[in-house]
Amino acid sequence: MDMILIPVVNMTPILPEIFLSVLAMVLLLINVFSPSGKKSRLAYISFVGIVATAVLVGAGWGCHIESFSGSVVLDNFATFFKMIFLVSAALAVLISDQYMEREGCNHGELYPMILFTVVGMMLMASGTDLMTIFLGLEVMSVSLYVLAGFNRANRKSNEAGLKYFLLGAFSTGFLLYGMALIYGATGTTRIYKIAGILGQMTLPSSNIMLVAGMLLMLTGFLFKIAAAPFHMWTPDVYEGAPTPMTAFMSAGPKAAGFAAALRILLVAMPTLQIEWSQLLWIIAVLTMTVGNITALRQDNIKRMLAYSSIAHAGYCLVGFAAGNSTGTAGILFYMLSYAFMNIGAFAIVILLAKKGETNGDVKDFAGLGFKHPVLAVAMTVFLFSLAGMPPTAGFVGKFYLFSGAIQKGYIWLAIIGVLNSAASVYYYLRVTVYMYMKDSTEEFDWVQVTGPVALALIIAVAGSLIPGIVPSFILQFAQNAVRLI
Amino acid sequence: MEKYLIVSAILFTIGTIGVLTRKNAIVIFMCIELMLNAVNLTFVAFSRYLGNLDGQVFVFFVMTVAAAEAAVGLALMIAFYNNRESIDADDVNLMKW
Repeated sequence: MDMILIPVVNMTPILPEIFLSVLAMVLLLINVFSPSGKKSRLAYISFVGIVATAVLVGAGWGCHIESFSGSVVLDNFATFFKMIFLVSAALAVLISDQYMEREGCNHGELYPMILFTVVGMMLMASGTDLMTIFLGLEVMSVSLYVLAGFNRANRKSNEAGLKYFLLGAFSTGFLLYGMALIYGATGTTRIYKIAGILGQMTLPSSNIMLVAGMLLMLTGFLFKIAAAPFHMWTPDVYEGAPTPMTAFMSAGPKAAGFAAALRILLVAMPTLQIEWSQLLWIIAVLTMTVGNITALRQDNIKRMLAYSSIAHAGYCLVGFAAGNSTGTAGILFYMLSYAFMNIGAFAIVILLAKKGETNGDVKDFAGLGFKHPVLAVAMTVFLFSLAGMPPTAGFVGKFYLFSGAIQKGYIWLAIIGVLNSAASVYYYLRVTVYMYMKDSTEEFDWVQVTGPVALALIIAVAGSLIPGIVPSFILQFAQNAVRLI
Repeated sequence: MEKYLIVSAILFTIGTIGVLTRKNAIVIFMCIELMLNAVNLTFVAFSRYLGNLDGQVFVFFVMTVAAAEAAVGLALMIAFYNNRESIDADDVNLMKW
């Protein structure tokens, strides 16, 4: 009888994922036995769980372990991105409880779904096989469809979920077809092997199947990071989804899309860099411009932040098009700071809204600076950081992204980026002007800052300011992370 | 080999056109499934041609994921129908610009 050899598998690289998945399943069980109205405990447990996972992930800094015969890797690149996901999930959990209570849909399933999303994103960041990356992407997306449509009684949330689902599944089709063609052209799905095979090809850009595969796969990732012209779903889904989930979606999954796309293009396809960086040049310009120009004329603040998130994906694509170490380290740095500042801004939007998500227009911020000075100062910090003004994290991040483009010789790309960034100041400062220079019509007496939200705001303010004041500390981590991909 | 690829490319195109032109959300979803199955056919054809099993393993994962997606998608459609009494894509119109 033949012996079946079971290979020895090193589980270390996926320990955080295993831990989070088990925790999420346990939470589902706890949820069943928690009476409604006492779901807050799930939020606390998942917050503690996320912090514990962050410790686990942090312990892996500096390691380089490949496992599962080269389909998962633990390296600094993955670790850095996992930290971004955990930060955005932790902040999202902190701001969820109060909102869900108010909207009357505090179902405990929310927290396990967030954790499953994080597991998917982590697999995307550490996957080195097209299969692993695809599975991670789907675990993330399927959970996100649920999160977008989580408020079942709300029509807008229904719409957001349905739209996100249909368009997301559509883009998955393209991504998969691209992966199939790459598999056909190279005969393998392992990223490092693809790199080896492409390295031996004399002229990879003349292989139509390979180039078509790359383009189709890129379409799928560009959809996930909401780059133009695949951004049409973003404003609708971001407006309709429950606000904490919008905050989460705009930070975590976007970073995950960048993580997977960066790893595939930089590791597996450096020989096609001329082709993809020209393409990303065009898409970066389109994305920044479309995002900023449409954001200029938005009155609903969630929609405004949605368009601005498209613009921010565009800034990151500038660094991606450059493809050098400054640009890619800039993406890592920017995605981390973006998680803090964007979720912070959404947290303030949540506090100001009334039940049913009314009161979400820019003009509803009028006079906030006098009634709630602390909240107004926090919002100002977030908006300044989003606009990219010194001394905030947003400024330093954009500085590195654009200097990466300049080092690569893409002077015009950097100029267009800076011009776009200048245009974006208008719509960010408009909110500040309303907060400080208009008289309030409201007393804002419904605004209550509970403990978890206050903690989230403190973390977010610190995260938007500290990397701006002492950038070298985090930038060193980011540069370390991209050096060893 | 080419024949399989051509068939799967045609199926994929039919699916794409269906997604773009159909109105009923369930039919759109069926067209998406058609796209995924076209991809599966491509994977299997390549797997046969190249003589390694990676492609067939991939197909299993795609099928699993498609099942999970169907569960979530149909649930979202039911939630939508409950509030709107319609599953027409033209009724997904609360939010514009």
